[in-house]
Amino acid sequence: MRIRPVAVVVPPQPTRAPSDVLVALRDSASVGLGFVPLGLAFGALCVHSGLDWWWAGLSAALAFGGSFEFLLIGLVVAAAPLASIALAAFMVNVRHVFYALSFPLHRISGRLGRTYSTFALCDEAYALASGEQARSWSGRRILRVQFLLHLYWAGSATAGALLGSLIPAGVTGLDFALTALFTVLALDAVHDLRGDLPTPLLALLSALAARLLVPGQMLPAAFALFTAGLLIRHLTRSGKPSHA
Amino acid sequence: MPDTAYAVAAIGVAAAVTWVLRALPFAALAPLRASSTVQYLSARMPAGVMIILVVYCLHDLPVTEARAAAPLVALATTIGLHLWRRNALLSILGGTTVHVVLAGTLFSH
Repeated sequence: MRIRPVAVVVPPQPTRAPSDVLVALRDSASVGLGFVPLGLAFGALCVHSGLDWWWAGLSAALAFGGSFEFLLIGLVVAAAPLASIALAAFMVNVRHVFYALSFPLHRISGRLGRTYSTFALCDEAYALASGEQARSWSGRRILRVQFLLHLYWAGSATAGALLGSLIPAGVTGLDFALTALFTVLALDAVHDLRGDLPTPLLALLSALAARLLVPGQMLPAAFALFTAGLLIRHLTRSGKPSHA
Repeated sequence: MPDTAYAVAAIGVAAAVTWVLRALPFAALAPLRASSTVQYLSARMPAGVMIILVVYCLHDLPVTEARAAAPLVALATTIGLHLWRRNALLSILGGTTVHVVLAGTLFSH
């Protein structure tokens, strides 16, 4: 495990530390900026599809998985059987299985806190809490960030549904906020790898191969290929004497 | 307008499946946490997962059509801004603005 060298002299302690809420707001700001336009778009899409405004808020609060919720609108409008919805939710969200490998749940204390933390473990919460900048975060700090992300999403989805009729249909392309958000998270995570280029390359190749070979199940296939590739790389290299 | 009970049940099913996928693996993987293989994987997963999600977001890009240029230019803007300033808010806002402007004007269809 790498430890960041302490290059900065600790400044004299201010008379008052920034409040916990302010710290959590700052921690979650970048993701919040991606969530809010996306949540507004999700809420607006719900009412444009003929669903009630409260449905958007309820889905955002309970299902809390952005990409699947967009898919859920179409399934519900088409009155898909509940079993099909369960299968679709499984296929889109099965990637979360991999997050248990590195999400720092052990730092969160209390049954209630842990239960909530797994419930609100979206991609962005995983990226924030598993990244290098979060290595020193306490369990409470992680929980506050997760709660704020949940609040941003549910709040903006409800607002989007209520304001849905006011948002002109001509404004398109807000959904790019999600792509931009993942791009930023990817760049930061690659930066943390410090020159380990085979890992991002392997991820890119896994994603492209899954896209070409099994476009219908791209996400689980890409995650499985990537994990298998990492395992092969680890097992073939650990035999050599010069491993880090 | 779908039946209310059905629409609520759909959310319930989606929420239950999602939560089980997020919570159960912790119980299954807890004994493996100390293994060097899991530590190797966990150090490299975040970067790989995010790259895969970026590709997924762009997976239905119409690469042979001109309007594919809007997300690509927006992606380049996001990456460029982020490498330059490392400010997530600026990168996301800049890339999304470029996308909204391009998709609404030059590459609208």
